[in-house]
Amino acid sequence: MLPVPADHSLPERWRTEIATRPGCGKPVLAWLELDLDARLRFASGLVLITASELLACTPEASWQSWPLRGTLALRHTDHAGVGCLELLDTNGRIAHWRFTLSQNLAALRVISEFERQTEALRTGQAPKTPDEEICATCKAPLPPGEDECPICARELHEAPSTWTLFRLWRFAKPYRWQLVAGFALMTGATAATLVPPYLTMPLMDKVLIPYQNGKPIDTRMEIMLLAGLFGAAMLSWLLGWAKTYILALVSERISADLRTTTYEHLIKLSLEYFGGKRTGDLMARIGSESDRISVFLSLHALDFITDVLMIAMTTAILFSINHWLAIVTLLPLPLIMWMIHTVRDRLRTGFEKIDRVWGEVTNILADTIPGIRVVKAFAQEKRETQRFREANAHNLAVNDRINKTWSLFSPTVTLLTEIGLLVVWAFGIWQVSHNDITVGVLVAFLAYIGRFYTRLDSMSRIVSVTQKAAAGAKRIFDILDHVSSVPEPVKPVPLPSVQGSIQMRDIGFRYGNRSVIRNLSLDIQPGEMIGLVGHSGSGKSTLVNLICRFYDVSEGAIMIDGVDIRSVAIADFRRNIGLVLQEPFLFFGTIAENIAYGKPDATRAEIIAAARAAHAHEFILRLPQGYDSIVGERGQGLSGGERQRVSIARALLIDPRILIMDEATSAVDTETEKEIQRALDNLVQGRTTIAIAHRLSTLRKADRLVVMDRGQIVEVGNHDQLMAAEGAYWRLYQAQLRNAEQNLLEGGE
Amino acid sequence: MSSINFSLERNAFGQLVLTDADGVRHEGITPVRANPISAPLEGIALMSTDGHEVAWIELLAGLPAELRALIEEELGAREFMPEIKRLNKVSSFATPSTWDVETDRGTASFVLKGEEDIRRLPGGILLIADAHGIQFMIRKLADLDRHSRKLLDRFL
Repeated sequence: MLPVPADHSLPERWRTEIATRPGCGKPVLAWLELDLDARLRFASGLVLITASELLACTPEASWQSWPLRGTLALRHTDHAGVGCLELLDTNGRIAHWRFTLSQNLAALRVISEFERQTEALRTGQAPKTPDEEICATCKAPLPPGEDECPICARELHEAPSTWTLFRLWRFAKPYRWQLVAGFALMTGATAATLVPPYLTMPLMDKVLIPYQNGKPIDTRMEIMLLAGLFGAAMLSWLLGWAKTYILALVSERISADLRTTTYEHLIKLSLEYFGGKRTGDLMARIGSESDRISVFLSLHALDFITDVLMIAMTTAILFSINHWLAIVTLLPLPLIMWMIHTVRDRLRTGFEKIDRVWGEVTNILADTIPGIRVVKAFAQEKRETQRFREANAHNLAVNDRINKTWSLFSPTVTLLTEIGLLVVWAFGIWQVSHNDITVGVLVAFLAYIGRFYTRLDSMSRIVSVTQKAAAGAKRIFDILDHVSSVPEPVKPVPLPSVQGSIQMRDIGFRYGNRSVIRNLSLDIQPGEMIGLVGHSGSGKSTLVNLICRFYDVSEGAIMIDGVDIRSVAIADFRRNIGLVLQEPFLFFGTIAENIAYGKPDATRAEIIAAARAAHAHEFILRLPQGYDSIVGERGQGLSGGERQRVSIARALLIDPRILIMDEATSAVDTETEKEIQRALDNLVQGRTTIAIAHRLSTLRKADRLVVMDRGQIVEVGNHDQLMAAEGAYWRLYQAQLRNAEQNLLEGGE
Repeated sequence: MSSINFSLERNAFGQLVLTDADGVRHEGITPVRANPISAPLEGIALMSTDGHEVAWIELLAGLPAELRALIEEELGAREFMPEIKRLNKVSSFATPSTWDVETDRGTASFVLKGEEDIRRLPGGILLIADAHGIQFMIRKLADLDRHSRKLLDRFL
């Protein structure tokens, strides 16, 4: 499967094992590491394939091998996270191996390699060279020689590393000059705050102590020193303000850019991505995570850098004054930092726990409030209250526990600070008594060290906030790094005016490893109406999703007017498609805005004409604000049929050449269905239409009916032809007829 | 308890074949437990390849030994829910995190994608889904040793 031999990444222990095995000189083409035995216990084994043999070493038995023959087949199944690979020939099962799905990719590679080799044996031709390697999970092309998709692999296995934060540089780069200015200001401001303690030295030694010793106060010097103190305070205030302002501005912009870029990228991703993610999770990533990063940059990181600067500068000053006292002053520092860090760490886990418990409480709310009708209907208010009370009690218990540590924290920091000061006092007095230092120096030291200790607490916080911000950054970069599985063409072919013919050539589609559409070909003429019929799960909706290019086909091609849809810009292509879904979605806004969603510059007259054609005009006029009525999440409630007609008007307004209706009428009652059907008849006229309907009666007008089963087309023809053929369609029709009769009978009784 | 009106055998392809009272053969039968966690020994359905229930077994213990062995063998080969006995190590307390655990099926390691993949079931059972959808079970939190509980506590 790979152009280079695959055994370059085979684990060491297997490589040596294979090397000692005689008769296994051929290069390994593909291999699968087994991690389960036949009784599903964790154990290791290996299945590998060479050009002539399939070999396996299972936990139970040693090496076995089977020469490749054209009659051999490999079957792959999976259930509940366990995959099974079975080696079969025409008479039965020869062997089988089990593995967890973490090895699935390797299993699929073994299978495709196996098929390539046996195919060659059957046809007698040299094995086909494989196509470009793509990731089985996200369908992105793999870098040559790699067997794990870098995108999927990272998303799965990597715990957030603090280094992720450096990737934010991409967003910080445009503001680098502001950042440089901010840092310069920061250094200045920090330096300015360090001047006052320094000035206490002369203030003490040259003004106060001489006075106590009977000399008059040197007023000029006193005024100069006090002016110096005032000046330093003012300078530090001014610089601090400028730096905070500039850096806050920059960090807010960085996170705003991050948010917009992420949203822009997210909304372009394919439906496949959205299918696998929860809405709340994605909302949190773009909303609160980017905010967390912003707070981290503008507050925590800033404070931390200031603190580091301050500590570095203070240390330099202290050493320049008296290095012995400086050493004694700084010695307990690491110890104190470590202690603060330990306490913080315990607190952090506690606070995380509170977060999660709090989540539990809100979950109950999120559960019961939307389901309030059910709760009331079954008279379960008491039980729900009890459930809430329990969650709340849990919350209380966790809070009590953390408060025990928490209440200890502040006093402990104070105590440690006092002890640190005590050491400085003791050593300082000793030094003063030996005339090593002056009283002023001691006072200056005490003033410096006081500032020092108060910052230690906030510094100890940096570890946890950095971790949180890194986790947030990672979650955002996960989105940004995801490559759309429906890529935009590099050189899009222009698509001026579409006639509306669609050709599907031997298309196939796999979802993960499950094949949903197989070898399907269909030509649709411009203006033709096609009805798609089949059991649920037969691939109708998937086919429609492929035509809309919500997903890309795995094999074959879909052409519009003879142009492969993958070579056309996505927006250009979708502009020609009108989509009416089973559950119409109305955005928050006025009805007029909702109708004009696909064509925001539509005139009022156009909107009203579309609504008339969709039979929506009259009911809209009955609403108190007519076309200006607010609908959507919290707006005026519309019935299912009304919403559907608004969505039909929406599709009519963009005047698409191709119209797709996915169960457009199945969510409403028969009466409403007739209304909608009339609206749909207007919509269908002169357009290529593909309609999926559960009720076969709604497809009477279709030019051709396409019956699907298990991802393949089984019958094509109009209603009469298919009825005459007495095939799959006839059976479906009979079944529905019987159902209808039964309902009628039961209703009559 | 229902009387048994079918026969079951294994064919050369390793599939279970059920012959029902009317003599119809169903190939590729899969046994499915109705309540795999809360009552694994009661209520087992035999499903055909197209997902229809072909037979229902009220109580596994009520079956003839041979039949029971056949079904248990098939269940054993299909069911995979390792029970975590001990957490040895977790790579980080931030997810995704790799867990090294000891289970009733041997030592394993898996990737936990997010805290939301740990779910509480009635009766204090914890179900932990790994990145590939394999479910690990912790039957009783209190039965784990101190070290494991301490680690797990960071995720609960």
